Amino acid sequence: MNVAKPILELVAITKQFGSFVALKGVDIEIAPGSVTCIVGPSGSGKSTLLRTINGLEEIDGGAVFFKGEMIGQTVRGQHRVPVSSKQARLQKLNFGMVFQTFNLFPNRTVMENVTLAPITVRGHSRKSARAAALQLLERVGLEHKKDRYPNELSGGQQQRVAIARALAMEPEILLFDEPTSALDPELVGEVLAVIKSLAEQGSTMLIVTHEMAFAQDVADEVVMMADGEVIERGSPKQVVHNSSHQRAREFFSSVVAS
Amino acid sequence: MKTPTERTAQRLTDKGEIRAEALLPIKPRPSIAKWASIVLAVYVFFVGLEFFVFNENWNWPLVFEYLFGQRILQGLLNTITLTLITTLLGLFIGILVAWAKLSPLAVLRKLAAMYIWVIRATPLLVLLLMIFFLAALVPSLGIGIPFGPSLFEVPTNEVISRFTAAVLGLSLYLGGKSAEVFRSGIIAVDRGQFEACRAVGLSPLTTYTRVIGPQSIRVITPPMANEIITMFKNTSLVSVIGYTELLTTAKLIYATNFQTIPLLTVAVIWYLTLTSIAMYGQSLLEKRFGRGFDRRTDKEEQREPTEKVETRTSTIADGDIR
Repeated sequence: MNVAKPILELVAITKQFGSFVALKGVDIEIAPGSVTCIVGPSGSGKSTLLRTINGLEEIDGGAVFFKGEMIGQTVRGQHRVPVSSKQARLQKLNFGMVFQTFNLFPNRTVMENVTLAPITVRGHSRKSARAAALQLLERVGLEHKKDRYPNELSGGQQQRVAIARALAMEPEILLFDEPTSALDPELVGEVLAVIKSLAEQGSTMLIVTHEMAFAQDVADEVVMMADGEVIERGSPKQVVHNSSHQRAREFFSSVVAS
Repeated sequence: MKTPTERTAQRLTDKGEIRAEALLPIKPRPSIAKWASIVLAVYVFFVGLEFFVFNENWNWPLVFEYLFGQRILQGLLNTITLTLITTLLGLFIGILVAWAKLSPLAVLRKLAAMYIWVIRATPLLVLLLMIFFLAALVPSLGIGIPFGPSLFEVPTNEVISRFTAAVLGLSLYLGGKSAEVFRSGIIAVDRGQFEACRAVGLSPLTTYTRVIGPQSIRVITPPMANEIITMFKNTSLVSVIGYTELLTTAKLIYATNFQTIPLLTVAVIWYLTLTSIAMYGQSLLEKRFGRGFDRRTDKEEQREPTEKVETRTSTIADGDIR
């Protein structure tokens, strides 16, 4: 891994749901162009962590820094206040999010799903947005589905459209929240192939996943979480095969069966 | 005669027999209920024929004479005008109240809840009379500081005519009723949709007008059609404050010529017509906003070769990385 200044830094992130502590002070730095896979048992806080980055979950303590700038809050003297909602929306544009359940807009065609935000948020012309969207749909192999509605597509195709929709806003970092967990087994491969091709083109990505073989294949770094904490991090080889942590060894012996 | 168990036992050994049975065509089960329902329909038809057509008390010639009469048409126009204006205004109030009730600000939520509570509790008749006789409560309306000076004032009776009282009463009523329908439409939309809108940075306005709103319309169309069709008939309540719409006109006419049933029939025929138009509008809305939820069944769509899709898909998913 290179030693460039991190593009994203999570510092001492804490998050509570009622009395349940979901994140207990998480620190992670992400180098530009790197692929980080976050793994761990369910309930370990990995999805919550990903969602705090683009503000889908409000954090209770700590902070997220993007290129050295604090995201979501601003310092006023001895305390912080949340940024204005407009500023928060602008900050979100640095991140593209791909959800476990795709969350395509069911009332809009594939093309409209991809172009809605570029037109209404970035102010692109309809024509240029459609041209760019067509290129992205080609990249995920779905240009022939552009006039279909999401419910006419398979799960794998919907997720690939969702990736195109995220890419259309030209985010600096892509966040994947278990992108293949809701898919039938035979559809997982096509989605992972798209993600891998993005990784090879140098996109900065954070991927929460259960696909250990995939993580070992594409990740520059694997972060292992358990009970709201990072318990292990390093190269895939290091973390998956030579973990020093008892909890991590248990986890990997159960998921890396083959 | 074999017992069922014996038959089963024999079948298990006799593959040929069960195969022959398996290939028999399936036909609908003979149904007595089906024939009974047809007999019932015929019976109802003749009862209806006797009751409506061969019943001189309806006085159909008179019904048709009044159906397009000058006064009835004026009343009908008043009903349509009142319904359109109060529906537009009422739905606007409803959206505002629903928005307030979903607001993160507790004060707005409480205000909206109180409004809905009062409207639900108050009979429309009472609401209309209260507004019409508002002058008895406040002789003049204006903007100013309570208990303090007033910046602008007009006598209440100049503002509250029969028409404005009717419009105000009906739209405040529809506002309270439709607010809950709007709110149900919003909360019926999947949370993931809101998250996806936030993730791509859509403004709240775009989120509601392009993504959440259209999805809600699909859900709220049937209950909202109920409310609006009820409005046609609720407009007849404004007769208590002397505004002459369709039903009041019919009442005024039969008060002088005593043809009660024929004139009520005239009104009912027009209400049926208006309701049919509204229901047609409802089915158009459902079709328009059902897109993306119901699978398309056009023949053309079905004929699309699926193989082409498969090969294209495999070109990008060819790197088997699992």
